[in-house]
Amino acid sequence: MKIGKVIGTVVCNQKVDSLIGIKLLLIQPLNEYLKEEGTPVVACDAVQAGLNDIVFYEGGREAALGLINWFNPSDLTVMGIIDSLYTEEKKK
Amino acid sequence: MILARVIGQVVSTIKLDVFKGFKLLLVQPIDIEEKPKGKILLVLDTVQAGVGDVVLVMDEGNSARTILENTTAPIRSVIVGIVDEIQTDKRGEK
Repeated sequence: MKIGKVIGTVVCNQKVDSLIGIKLLLIQPLNEYLKEEGTPVVACDAVQAGLNDIVFYEGGREAALGLINWFNPSDLTVMGIIDSLYTEEKKK
Repeated sequence: MILARVIGQVVSTIKLDVFKGFKLLLVQPIDIEEKPKGKILLVLDTVQAGVGDVVLVMDEGNSARTILENTTAPIRSVIVGIVDEIQTDKRGEK
């Protein structure tokens, strides 16, 4: 799983039937120190995350399994909201 | 499976039900010299590892689901062991 921050939502009126009713979130990937890393991606939401939440998400086959109806074409799904994160200091 | 070092932990209250009762740890994949290699991962812990431990991470979906005995768990990365020692002749070669 990876860590990211919700920076927005995406609205689609026309989408695949199996994704109807599922919220789409714009996610900025973060590194272990919560610094932005990489380009934003769009993910399906399984936990009702909101703007500015730090979340974790998974890609691949597991993304589809994370939604209620597992037969869907999701390739990134938000699976949890992070309350706190501890990372040890970088060794010099 | 890959070798990694545990570098942090994550607390999450709102998550999918299959994650309940498991710890979530941040790991940094390492090479045989124990140097960091590649991007960090957030993994599920089944062996009670802690920060600083070198661990064995299963990074494959079907194997992870087998470990959790749940055929539809949306989980790919699971810690399956704590490494005591790595023996190799390749260490230090360039």
